[in-house]
Amino acid sequence: MKEYNINHLRELEAESIFVIREVAAQFENPVMLFSGGKDSIIMFHLARKAFAPAKVPFAMMHIDTGHNFPETIEFRDMLMEKTGTRIIIRYVQDSIDQGKVTEETGFNASRNKLQTVTLLDGIEDLKVDCAMGGGRRDEEKARAKERFFSHRDEFGQWDPKNQRPELWNLFNGKKHMGEHFRVFPISNWTEMDVWQYIYLENIEIPNLYFSHEREVFQRNGTLLAKSDCIPMRPGEKTEKRIVRFRTIGDATCTGAVESKAHSLEEIIEEVAATRTTERGTRADDKRSEAAMEDRKKEGYF
Amino acid sequence: MSEKTAGYLDMELLRFTTAGSVDDGKSTLIGRLLYDSKAIFEDQMEAIEISSKKRGDEEVDLALLTDGLRAEREQGITIDVAYRYFATPKRKFIIADTPGHIQYTRNMVTGASTANAALILVDARNGVIEQTLRHSYIANLLQIPHLIVCINKMDLVDYSQETYDKIKADYQKNIVDKLNIKDVCFIPISAKLGDNVVDASTKMDWYSGTPLLDLLENIKIVDDRNHGDSRLPVQYVIRPQSDEFHDYRGYAGRVASGVFHPGDKVRVLPSGIETTIEAIDSFTGEQEVAFTPQSVTLRLSDNIDISRGDMIVDANNVPNVGQEFEAMLCWMNERAMMPRGKYTIKHTTNETRCMIRDVKFKVNVDTLDEVADDKLVGLNDIACVSFKAAKPLFFDSYKKNRLTGSFILIDEGTNETVAAGMIL
Ligand SMILES: Nc1nc2c(ncn2[C@@H]2O[C@H](COP(=O)(O)OP(=O)(O)O)[C@@H](O)[C@H]2O)c(=O)[nH]1
Ligand SMILES: [Mg+2]
Repeated sequence: MKEYNINHLRELEAESIFVIREVAAQFENPVMLFSGGKDSIIMFHLARKAFAPAKVPFAMMHIDTGHNFPETIEFRDMLMEKTGTRIIIRYVQDSIDQGKVTEETGFNASRNKLQTVTLLDGIEDLKVDCAMGGGRRDEEKARAKERFFSHRDEFGQWDPKNQRPELWNLFNGKKHMGEHFRVFPISNWTEMDVWQYIYLENIEIPNLYFSHEREVFQRNGTLLAKSDCIPMRPGEKTEKRIVRFRTIGDATCTGAVESKAHSLEEIIEEVAATRTTERGTRADDKRSEAAMEDRKKEGYF
Repeated sequence: MSEKTAGYLDMELLRFTTAGSVDDGKSTLIGRLLYDSKAIFEDQMEAIEISSKKRGDEEVDLALLTDGLRAEREQGITIDVAYRYFATPKRKFIIADTPGHIQYTRNMVTGASTANAALILVDARNGVIEQTLRHSYIANLLQIPHLIVCINKMDLVDYSQETYDKIKADYQKNIVDKLNIKDVCFIPISAKLGDNVVDASTKMDWYSGTPLLDLLENIKIVDDRNHGDSRLPVQYVIRPQSDEFHDYRGYAGRVASGVFHPGDKVRVLPSGIETTIEAIDSFTGEQEVAFTPQSVTLRLSDNIDISRGDMIVDANNVPNVGQEFEAMLCWMNERAMMPRGKYTIKHTTNETRCMIRDVKFKVNVDTLDEVADDKLVGLNDIACVSFKAAKPLFFDSYKKNRLTGSFILIDEGTNETVAAGMIL
């Protein structure tokens, strides 16, 4: 008999496409969260594959903290235009102006936590019944127990002790009025898988991921980019370094790593040799060991 | 492309699950696999070193790597299925770390449903116990193709061959023979110290087999998939609303089993209409073959009315089509099954209502006896149940086909997934 082998990337791809199609079939008004980072870029790529030659049958949604790298926003707009995709943008700044949230102050202030409110408001206003996110289980311990189809109550909260069992490839997206789902199509991918897939499929990504020269400064062992939205402490000094980003999140808490990786191949080899997790470059997770679990329960991505 | 990069692109995926009672060492074993295969990063290691110190432990507890949620960390137990990842140059592994508490049978069933292999842990000091039988039974019920019995904590029995041999013989006699398990192997290990996990032990020369990781890297999994019975449950109908693809109709889905080629004669269920495959579409063009577990889009030669829940199958090899069937059911909810109750059933991409007709017997998972007169099916019970569905389903027996033979039941009031079923 002929052997029908499939490599790990194609198997992950098939699984993710299956999940994305399930969302389109089971929900009336789903959106796909898009941040401009590599995980949301491959998720979007998988969505295009899932419905080709038709267009992706749902909108993208970006929760904009206002603390962006300009390169990310340029990339987002370019990609959406090129593919003719509709994107909904909701601004954390609007939530602040409406008095729904209070901006954190101090040197470690971040809008990362505020995003939750803007996201939940967007979900409610637009009657979104499912938001797909690019979360991966390998990112963090609390995520390791997240389902593909994750039920949220009418307050948008996650109850980790009361999750629905998920068996075979049977996904239960049933809910009551006012509740919604978060679905994570790339749950089973690791950072390495994402990079390999970007390479395999030749997917375009923002140039922030590649090695470049940038003004940075040290804080709590993290290299932060000089930016208008991060006030510097007395004594902190910027200097030019050759860096790249392993994740692109809120500019106030996304750390750069020193790297000479100019190509995808070099990045893959660097990732293979790296000894810290990519979340290790995110200051928001360092706040406490249970930080992510707390944010997730409140309805974070 | 460098040889190294090329290698990363050519790995196979293996999913496995762990089973054992509390404290048999599941979390430690997984921590050890991750640690010794260098899947643990410095910052993760630092975090657990700090946690171990906080708890006053002398050594770093590798179990903390996987015990994720705060409640678990506080109580020191694993309460829900967690997924872990690591890779070697040969394979990428997905581990479903399932807890061993008696009340958590449902978690093991969940982890087992997608697994290619199961690691059954036995504490060398205790040998085969009631729960070993239970875990092996579940692994077998869920048709996990490969069982690996890890006899753990060998360091606490002086790495004794006699102890190992005795446990192995006991397992063979009381479990393998009883359950008729086909593929099983045994390994003496110490998860805590790393003997025979990634590296061969220097303390057990009498063991001639390979370490656990070697085994996991080399189990042949491609033959476990059903490449014989071609079945594609239609998941979504693709109809581009564009001029360029005006008449396009593609049937998207994941191949549940078997193989499809352009030109193949197929039958569409439930209509029974026969047609041929015109093309298999993908993002980048047409492909010559589609096989499980690929997600594809089929185009057919004739214009037939097909929607989600229908199934495209080999014209000469069709599944059962019917409303009545029997299944082994694992109940997963605190609210017991309602006798003659009605539930929503999800089977492949199909969904309908069904009614419980009768409980044929319940399985006493400690003795494997069939109990005929007990009709109350509650949390963690396993029972043989007969059903009637509101419309025909297209199914194979679970033994033949894990994807067209499985289903879940959903409570219509709470929307919770209350049971997992395997069709007989
Ligand atoms: N001596 C020894 N202790 C072990 C071994 N494996 C696990 N343990 C210990 O057994 C206890 C329970 O282990 P854990 O991994 O949490 O078990 P789980 O409940 O199955 O996940 C911990 O104190 C471990 O350190 C082993 O191979 N040898
Ligand atoms: Mg454990």
